[in-house]
Parts: sequence; C-alpha cells; structure tokens
Amino acid sequence: MHKSSQYYLLMIPALIISLTFFLLPMMKLLWLSLADQYGISYWYILTKPIYLKSVLSTLILSLTVTITSVIIATIVGLFLTRYEFKGKSLLVAMLSFPLVFPGVVIGFFVIMLAGRQGVFAELGLLLVGERWTLAYSIIGLFIGYLYFSIPRVVLTVMGVAEKLDNNLVEAGRSLGANRWQLLRDVTLPALKPGLISSGSICFATSMGAFGTAFTLATNLNVLPMTIYTEFTLNANFAMAAALSLMLGFITWFCLSIARRQGGSNLGMGG
Amino acid sequence: MKKGVSFYLQLAFTLLVCAFLIVPVFMSITAGVTNNYFIGIKSGFTLRWLEQVWELYSDTIWLTLQIALVTTAFNLFIGVPCAYYLARTKSRFSAFLDECLTLPIAIPGMAIALGLITVYGGFSNLRMSWLFILIGHVIFTLPFMVKSVLAVLQSINFRLLEEGAASLGASFWQRFFHIIVPNCKTGIISGMLMTLTLSAGEFNLTWMLHTPLTKTLPVGLADSYASMRLEVSSAYTLIFLGMIMPLLIAAQWLNSKPKRMT
Repeated sequence: MHKSSQYYLLMIPALIISLTFFLLPMMKLLWLSLADQYGISYWYILTKPIYLKSVLSTLILSLTVTITSVIIATIVGLFLTRYEFKGKSLLVAMLSFPLVFPGVVIGFFVIMLAGRQGVFAELGLLLVGERWTLAYSIIGLFIGYLYFSIPRVVLTVMGVAEKLDNNLVEAGRSLGANRWQLLRDVTLPALKPGLISSGSICFATSMGAFGTAFTLATNLNVLPMTIYTEFTLNANFAMAAALSLMLGFITWFCLSIARRQGGSNLGMGG
Repeated sequence: MKKGVSFYLQLAFTLLVCAFLIVPVFMSITAGVTNNYFIGIKSGFTLRWLEQVWELYSDTIWLTLQIALVTTAFNLFIGVPCAYYLARTKSRFSAFLDECLTLPIAIPGMAIALGLITVYGGFSNLRMSWLFILIGHVIFTLPFMVKSVLAVLQSINFRLLEEGAASLGASFWQRFFHIIVPNCKTGIISGMLMTLTLSAGEFNLTWMLHTPLTKTLPVGLADSYASMRLEVSSAYTLIFLGMIMPLLIAAQWLNSKPKRMT
C-alpha cells in the first residue's frame, strides 16, 4: 500500500494545477453560458445572423484551407520521400520551421507577401500596372492559414510515406498499373489515415486561429475574433462563453478523430 | 532512377511551396535592417530599427524569457513525475488525468484564457501580475512535456530496469532520480525545448491575459504590427526569430539523432 501511495504523490501537483486552472475555468464558462436565461446564447448562435455567419464562414474557410493544404502537402511530401537530391534536407528543414511560428508573426508574413508593399503588390504592378493587395481580405486569411497548415501535413505525409511498403508499388507496376492507378489504388489508400489525422489537426487549428486574424484585422469576422469582440467590446460574457465552448468542442472533436487515426498531437499555433 | 519531366515539375512545385514559406521570413529579416524599405536595399543597411525596438520593447523580451524559463521549470517538476505515473499506472483515474492534461492542446487558447479570467480575474493582485500569464502558459505547455516524456517511457522497458535497481536495494526516490530520469533524458530535453518555444511564441492566451504592464514579446509584436512602421515591426520580428531559431535547430538536431522519437 505504501508503494502505490508514492506513485500517487507523483501526479498530485499536475492534478491540482489541471483542476484549479483548467477544469474549474471550463466549468465556469459552461455555467456562464447556461446561467443566462437557460443557455439562450446557444439558441442565438443558431438564429442571429451575425453569429451564424461567423460560425459558417469560419467553417468554410477552415475546410477550404484543410483541403488545399492536404492536396499541396501530399504532392510535396510524396516527392520529398520518393527522390533523393542535393539540398533535400535543407528543403525539409525549411518546411518544418514554420510549425512553431505564432499566429501574429504569420499574419505579419502575409502582410509582407500580400500587403500594400508586398511581393504580390510588386508583381501586380509589374504585370498589370496595379498593386494587388490581398492581405486584408479573406484571401489574406486563407494565405496565412495555409502557411501554418502546409508544414504540418507535409511532415505527416513524409512520415507515413517513408513506411510505405515499396513492394506493393512494385507489385502494382508489374501488374501493369500506370502512374495514376498506382497513386489512386496503392499510395493514397496507404496515406489515408495520415491525411485524415493531419487534416483534422489543420482544421482544428484553423478554427481556433486568433493571432493571424488579429494581425490582419480583416473585415471578415472569424469565430475567435467574434468571441474576442463579444468579450472585450460588448462585455457579453454569456455569448463569449457559449461561442468558445462550441469552438472548443469542435476542435476537441477534430483532434479526437486525429488521435483515433494514430496521429501525434502536433499542437496548435495560429 | 531516371529523372523525367514529372520529376522537374514536382521539384518546381516543391520549391514554390518552400519559397512561399521562406520568402516572407527573409523579407522581414532584410526589412528589419534596411534604412527605408519602400526604397529598398539600396537605401543602405542600418541597425537603428533594432535599437529603436530595444528602447521600446526590451522589457517585453525580458518578460518573455522569464516566463518561458519559469514555465519550463514548472513543467519539469510537475510534468516529468506525472508522465512517470501515467506510464506506470493503468486505471480509470489515470485515463481521466491523461484526458484532462491533454485537453488544453485541443481547446483554443482563447477559451482557456476566458475561463481563467472569469474565475481568477477578480483577484486583482494576480490579474495584474505576470503570474497570471505564467498560469496560462503552464496549462498550455504541460501536455507537450508530459507527452514527450511519456513517449520515451513507453518505448523503453523501464519496469525491468527498475526491478533490477529495486532488487539491489534502491529506494523509490533513488530509482526515480537515478533510473527513470536519466533514461528519459531525450524526452525531457525535447519537452523542455518545446515548452520554451511554445511559451516564447504564445499569443492567443497571452493577449487575453496580459495587462499594459505585463506585455510579452508576441503581445508587443501585435502592438508594433498595428502601430509602428514596417521596418520597426520587421526588426522586432527579427529579434523574435533570433530568439526561437536556436531552439528550433536544437530540437531538429535532437530529433534527427538515430533514436527517433515522435
């Protein structure tokens, strides 16, 4: 008995911290969201256009970003595992650094790329004589979200593709399958769990990305910005609590899909 | 393998993606040391933007370092023993604890921060102090430390090592400090690096938890992006990148060592 009590001692600090500074605050949010007229805030999310529009546009944006980055990352990831060439490790390093850049910095990078003095503006000036300024529109958000999503999926694809059984590809080829058939029938099915898991992580991260949206200050109200406005400007705590719990539920759900597919938690930036 | 058209097409695509990721980094590095970014590099190099950032924001840099280091220390003392407990015990309670500790990864920082403010925002001494941010950072980074150590523990047969030590008369704490901790070294180090990097770059929580007197570097960055000229923002970003790059390189080096851990 004495022996097992020592094991319990080891986790007590973590338990206390988690209960007081995580579970209790979450319970308080739940209480706040329900205490106001029996949770009418949740009803407002579905019926009031400003909230519904915010939720839907965030969902659509995140979904588009996820699909785009999965496609881009599959091409890049497969290429990088299939071929050996000079400078490959440098490319892989470049692809993995952005994983930990905070959302604000990514927002600034979008300004650098697509802001008033950005690369795209210069390019537009050169090509059609007008500056392309995309940073402060929904496209700016899209670029920023892609920026933090692509590395995540590329690394997952590379991890899975490295373990891919090359004999299967050889067998397919000997049976006369062409390149596309091989990709469709052998490679992609093998990658599927990895793609689902990293895709759900991307989706969850995009849903909760606050820093990027904050820096770009677009007119598009993504969910985290709506929560922020409700809390700080309108002091509507019940609404802010309801929205953040809903957001938390969506991201938690996505990450549990990722976990079931065996994905590692690569954390959330944005 | 013969490299055909398809190889070069894919290479071009990959290079394009890498350029998308890396060009803005280089742009903000050069903009931070250029006299006038609107004229371009030909206006000459200067360090005055960096100096200006230092004058305006050096306190945010120190605070960020302080919070990152203290968070890491907390995670070491709380996370490593907890990971050992989780590796050792299989019970309903340990599954519950594991879930509680992992949840902060899955829940956006914004929601955690709102919860913390609604519960503890009323204690103004805590609200005004940097400890409030520290709490948020510990909650947010602790799971990464625990997972990182747990992954190593699950890949080695620590029970066997421990039984060996116990049969030689080693006490519980002797086994913990002389068997478990040294064997988890890679997991502990990578967890520490991750904590440092995440804490130094944390914005979503910190923006809600900060006060005008407790600004961290990312908060200062957001502030400068909104109100300063591009060169100052870039110089500030440059300082930030200079702070986290060594951590990233160390983490990559650690991961590329023969015994890979994920």
